[in-house]
Amino acid sequence: MTASPKVGLFITCLADLFRPSVGFAAVKLMRDAGCTVEVPRAQTCCGQPAYNSGDRKDTRAIAEQVIAAFEDFDYVVAPSGSCTGMISKHYPELFEEGSQWRLRAEALSAKTHELVSFLVDVLKIDHVEAQFDGTVTYHDSCSGLRELGIKQQPRQLLGSVKGLTLQEMEEAEICCGFGGTFCVKYSDISNEMVSHKTECIGAANADTLLAGDLGCLLNMAGKLKRQGSNVQVRHVAEVLAGMTDLPPIGEEH
Amino acid sequence: MEIRSPQFKNNAREALVDENLQSALGKMRTGFTSKRAEARARLPEFDDLRDQARDIKDHTLAHLDLYYEAYEEKVTAAGGHVHWARTAGDARDIILQICQDENAKLVTKGKSMIAEEVALNDHLEEAGMEVAETDLGEYIIQLRQEPPSHIIAPAVHLTRSQVEKSFRKSHTHLADDRNLDEVSSLVNEARQVLRQKYIDADVGITGANFLIAETGTSIIVTNEGNGDLTQTLPRVHIVLTSLEKMVPTLEDVSTILRVLARSATGQEFSTYTTLSTGPRREDDPDGPEEYHVVVLDNGRSAMIGSEFQDMLRCIRCGACINHCPVYHAIGGHSYGWVYPGPMGSVLTPTLVGIDKAGHLPNASTFCGRCEAVCPMRIPLPKMMRHWREREFERHLTPKLSRTALGFWAFLAKRPALYHLSNSVLVRLLRVLAFGRGAIGSLPLASGWTRHRDLPAPERNTFQELWRSGGYE
Ligand code: SF4
Repeated sequence: MTASPKVGLFITCLADLFRPSVGFAAVKLMRDAGCTVEVPRAQTCCGQPAYNSGDRKDTRAIAEQVIAAFEDFDYVVAPSGSCTGMISKHYPELFEEGSQWRLRAEALSAKTHELVSFLVDVLKIDHVEAQFDGTVTYHDSCSGLRELGIKQQPRQLLGSVKGLTLQEMEEAEICCGFGGTFCVKYSDISNEMVSHKTECIGAANADTLLAGDLGCLLNMAGKLKRQGSNVQVRHVAEVLAGMTDLPPIGEEH
Repeated sequence: MEIRSPQFKNNAREALVDENLQSALGKMRTGFTSKRAEARARLPEFDDLRDQARDIKDHTLAHLDLYYEAYEEKVTAAGGHVHWARTAGDARDIILQICQDENAKLVTKGKSMIAEEVALNDHLEEAGMEVAETDLGEYIIQLRQEPPSHIIAPAVHLTRSQVEKSFRKSHTHLADDRNLDEVSSLVNEARQVLRQKYIDADVGITGANFLIAETGTSIIVTNEGNGDLTQTLPRVHIVLTSLEKMVPTLEDVSTILRVLARSATGQEFSTYTTLSTGPRREDDPDGPEEYHVVVLDNGRSAMIGSEFQDMLRCIRCGACINHCPVYHAIGGHSYGWVYPGPMGSVLTPTLVGIDKAGHLPNASTFCGRCEAVCPMRIPLPKMMRHWREREFERHLTPKLSRTALGFWAFLAKRPALYHLSNSVLVRLLRVLAFGRGAIGSLPLASGWTRHRDLPAPERNTFQELWRSGGYE
């Protein structure tokens, strides 16, 4: 590894639009760990909306764009298990075996990581310098958990945050019902799923809900807000970076 | 069976407000899953066995013709008959013919999803026969004239008190004041009622969990022992099964059996594992005098070599269903046909057509829990996505979604334009939030805001802030 690994931040379309501070928290965490971070402008989205709608052609075009924009970095890091999974697990499958694009996709796949797993598994960071006074509960987002095996990494780093208590909820590994376009196409089913989730969150008696994926966070925050809950919602990176001055997701700015 | 999959959304909506159903589903949400997890934890080589099970099936599918040749030879040598049914109609007709040749009046049936698939009961009943389901769950839904809602627990959608009601309504020859408060008393009552049927039946029909090429054997696994009585007592035993049940050897089947019950119910092994090879031999104390195997294709052979081939590894354990949060929300009937949950969302479009079953592979968040627990390592989400691709190619995707997607993709492929439009969108959403942190109602995103608020964007886009020199 070079002295200062050069990281391309894949900001993700949702963080870009709804929660830029997740991006800045990611940048801070990686800079503190000695990385140089850049944000290519030629990025938009990882392509999942097209991919999961069966539109292979557009998915491929978007994937090629991401590959070209990021392949010169030492690492590609995204503050999302879902987008990371798309790049690292699904991009190669989009291209024919042995083709030039397949090779490039595989090369990119090998160096693409979800933020917290990058800090813990690649950079071998075992603690952060941050303070957060409160009890948090953590939702394991599906792709991060099942495609990338992210489970103990966020808990390990949260354990080093001063003042923070982690209170696990029941069924932390069950889907929150977001599922990209699923939540609008099958909104009644999605509603049942997120309602079950907010029940589990409520029962955990935590004052803050954390997760590593903005899609799930917006879904759960939106439901909690609608239900009049006081639970605050944040991306885990905000807490790990000590950037919790700004209001939680869905609260007034 | 009528296909109600096109009305999936309506079915689901009704299911969500069905209190009995929701109460029954609430119980199964954690029961099956914790039992499987415990069973897995007790067997360190569980995941290795899954790999082996997958390899056995992959190998079999690659040489299916050879194994069927060997299988048929063995069955015939043992005095049995193998019948090939290309379509559901063929299977119905073959079975009806066997029953008619036997002059059958009463047919007992063990649990068979293939019988559901070909709607066998209706066919035999129309021909004037009585069909008695002997699996407790199947018996209950037969009384209620409902289809199964789960492949291994057909009546899982019902509460105990609903079952009690059905029993009181149907078993009018029993005392009115009998106590049916306990599940065990319901089981006993069903046993009592069914006992005579086993004895009176002319033909017994069972499914098969596996067919073994090496020996010409069919295997059923059950917990009630009803299958054994169904297949040994009548004069004729018909096994109704489908193409993908083949396994080369007894050794192979033992490997797969080690993951089957553990994945299904968390048992080490099902209570009964019953092997049948041909009709009763001369010195056998019991057994049927005739033994028929009806092997249904119904579109399965066309899956070989296609992107759906892996689905033919399925051993119908139900683990994917037991772990599916969508199934937990809406139950099995919402899927509108025989096979519910993730396995159904892949299989049903193959069997009834994607034009009818289009909702099923779309109604998934791709949470991946099904694939994570499938003992045969079937990539269910990936295959649901393949169905979505077929729908997209055939322009079956709803027009509005398609147009929206096309517009979005146009922008996503043009970063400069995309960033510009995002900047506009952020401002628009912030205006619509009226200074609040979340938006309560948004006309174009009503699917979202009907049930939840939309958190308002924090401020400018990340790209804008980053380019303008950082956050502060
Ligand atoms: S798809 Fe897998 S988990 Fe589902 S029933 Fe079949 S074998 Fe079991």
